[in-house]
Amino acid sequence: MPIKSYLAHPCDGKYQQLLSDLSNITGCDIIPSENEEIAIVVTDTKDEFEDQKLQVKINSIKSLKMLSMVSGFDTNQQ
Amino acid sequence: MMKKITSRREFLKKMAATSAMTAAAALFPGIVFAEEQIRNIRTSGNLEWKKAPCRFCGVGCGVLIGIENGKAVAVKGDPNSSVNKGLCCVKGYHQTICMYAKDRLTKPLVKKNGKYVETSMEEALDLVASKMKETIEKHGKDSVAMYTSGQSTIPEGYVASKFMKGAIGTNNLDCNARLCMASAVTGFLTTFGADEPMGCYEDIDHADVFITWGNNMAEMHPVLFSRMLDQRLKRGATIIDFATRTTRSSMASDRSILFNPQTDLAVANAIAYEIINNGWVNNQFIKEHCNFSKGLINIGYGTEDKFKFKDEPTKIDFEQYKEFLNDYSPEKVSELSGVSIKDIKYLAAIYGDPNKKVVSFWCMGMNQHTRGTWINNLVYNIHLLTGKISQPGNGPFSLTGQPSACGTAREVGTFTHKLPHGVVMNKKHREHAAKIWKVPVERIPSKPTYHATEMFRALDRGDIKFIWTQVTNPMVSLPKVGRYTEGAKKEDRFIVVSDVFPTPTTDVADVILPAAWHIEKNGMFGNSERRTQYWDKMVDPPGEAMPDAWQTIEVARRMGYGELFPYSKEKHEEEIYNEYRQHHEGKKHNMAPLEVLKAQSGAMWPFVDGKETKWRYNVKYDPACDNGKNFHFYGKKDGKAIIWQRPYEAPAESPDEEYPFWLNTGRVIEHWHTGSMTRRIPVLHQAMPHSYVELHPDDAEKYSISNGQKVKVISRRGTTILPASVNERGLPTKGQVFVPFFDENMMINDVTLDAFCPISKEPDYKKCAVKIEKV
Repeated sequence: MPIKSYLAHPCDGKYQQLLSDLSNITGCDIIPSENEEIAIVVTDTKDEFEDQKLQVKINSIKSLKMLSMVSGFDTNQQ
Repeated sequence: MMKKITSRREFLKKMAATSAMTAAAALFPGIVFAEEQIRNIRTSGNLEWKKAPCRFCGVGCGVLIGIENGKAVAVKGDPNSSVNKGLCCVKGYHQTICMYAKDRLTKPLVKKNGKYVETSMEEALDLVASKMKETIEKHGKDSVAMYTSGQSTIPEGYVASKFMKGAIGTNNLDCNARLCMASAVTGFLTTFGADEPMGCYEDIDHADVFITWGNNMAEMHPVLFSRMLDQRLKRGATIIDFATRTTRSSMASDRSILFNPQTDLAVANAIAYEIINNGWVNNQFIKEHCNFSKGLINIGYGTEDKFKFKDEPTKIDFEQYKEFLNDYSPEKVSELSGVSIKDIKYLAAIYGDPNKKVVSFWCMGMNQHTRGTWINNLVYNIHLLTGKISQPGNGPFSLTGQPSACGTAREVGTFTHKLPHGVVMNKKHREHAAKIWKVPVERIPSKPTYHATEMFRALDRGDIKFIWTQVTNPMVSLPKVGRYTEGAKKEDRFIVVSDVFPTPTTDVADVILPAAWHIEKNGMFGNSERRTQYWDKMVDPPGEAMPDAWQTIEVARRMGYGELFPYSKEKHEEEIYNEYRQHHEGKKHNMAPLEVLKAQSGAMWPFVDGKETKWRYNVKYDPACDNGKNFHFYGKKDGKAIIWQRPYEAPAESPDEEYPFWLNTGRVIEHWHTGSMTRRIPVLHQAMPHSYVELHPDDAEKYSISNGQKVKVISRRGTTILPASVNERGLPTKGQVFVPFFDENMMINDVTLDAFCPISKEPDYKKCAVKIEKV
């Protein structure tokens, strides 16, 4: 049951669009920065397959320039 | 958005968010997130977080491993690490999962009547020691060998070197780093007289332009590439990808320039030509800090057994060098290289612009090259001609592939010619090592013996009868591997393999010793920027698995060398490191004390008066500079670096009518080297379950091959069958195919050629001729 966090960078001038696009995706929590054009994305999925699908969905957002993974947890690893 | 913490799962989500906020704070100082969200984040729980460098790749990211109930359950980027500032890549995040793979080696196995039989570690170590001793008595000390790794920890490399060179008295020690960065070493030594980059990753924060030479950093060094992209976002830095194949790095760069295989030599000379002919030379820098030399030409390719080569440097002057470059005008080089005149001039103008700070990055593209030493020299030439070196944001930067290729292979010196400080050929260096090791100096032989490829040729020939490999998988990674696999299977050879998992190398072993993984032991790695990092043992190894260093010590003691290995089992890593530091004492290479490494995320050497050295050879930053000038290349006796006259020479094998394609091999982001660890991590395995052969769409159309169809790749050495990949991850040029080497079931190294750079002895995995057939 993976939980992962990322930094999402927008394409030039597309920060608000990126926040809007991300908020339409189920399984993502978004924490926007107030003074920089960057958002934290936390994903929570039931298995690796769902996680992969979600990653593909996020990466297909046109307003997204780059997604950098920061950390992750797999609660099945115990 | 953030709810009250109601469950462990919610808690973990908040931990993940905290990690990302901390990483963001490191990348964007002063960044603000909504205060309410930050208040709700808890920062501690049942997990115990312990720091370590990442197990994979040479970047050396700091990671924090979450330990719960004696198991590693989570990984996150360490925000206190200046390397990755809290970032982590897909391999790094998933790394600990492989520890719990079901087929982990936990018991020693001994081959009896063709079958592996479980035995105790005591019996297995007795057998290894007695076989090694018996082989030496029967065939001489040069009939036994050790082959180790750029993934060995510093203590593991050190005891292997002391055991082979100081105890037994043979230079039959080499390592897999010969396959990945030996050309970088000889490049540094020939140009500067001292190994390893002068700069550090902080160069990324200062450079205006990054030029990557044959280096797919987006997949191979993803965190550093993220840092470069971040600088592009923040400061408008430019990234130029100069390569033989279009990759993810090319796609993310500002400019992608393709060149024909091997012609980087000619293009580098053309850039130097332009710099000189446009008056962009930093004359003062050249006058004060550089000499000019040339070496032998037509130096061969080493494809024959017992190949020997020794360069003969001759001093030349600037005018002779300038005249030599007349053969490399952009107009002359363009046709050979496939790079337009405009692009050659564009690259030269960037290097030549005194107002632009430039960092050149490279890794396997330049190192795995039959003229690897030369191309390293030629890129240094460009930086020396313009004086763009050893300053924040200005410098050539050779990246390493493995986590301790620098720390262990290069600094400890697990090569046949190396000692922990210096080389076996140098009497003073032998005396220095012998004194610390407390052995007679005569015991350390003065002549190098076998480099990696020749070591396995010697095994095939029977000159080597016994070999012990640790932390490496040569039966997948060697070029033209079919010969060496068959050689290892010959009747009177004895093969010992220490590893964590079964591999094609354990398949040829007579004894398999189960090894402790990364965080199941204390250790130190040294990364690409001269940073030594320490970690504590975090969890117990399974079954009888044992740290490789302790295996070596146990065998050495059984062979009668106990007095040279007086270390305690509990603290041997610490005791070994403290002994090892003595080899490097002095301002040029002092290593940080262990207490410093325990307290922080590593330290760069030279570590002098409590401070690390960020830019070597520059008097502003490097306390070892003492020539009274701004720069001091103290690796050379006269303090001057060498600008080398090195020509273009063709590769060992080029496409022809019968074998019309170039074969280029390499890695993918999901897998580490031969895949023995990452293929046991389900998420990575699922993401990239098998290898493939990448084709240009025109070639695919010509052969009526579509995605996923089976293709046989055939060379003069062997064949392998892989599914086709067209217009997917990468795009080779027309007439080139690319195959990742991580998949032991689609062994591309049966196809590759064991030609190498005659100076570095590093094989060229990037160029040989193949044909393809649709299956």
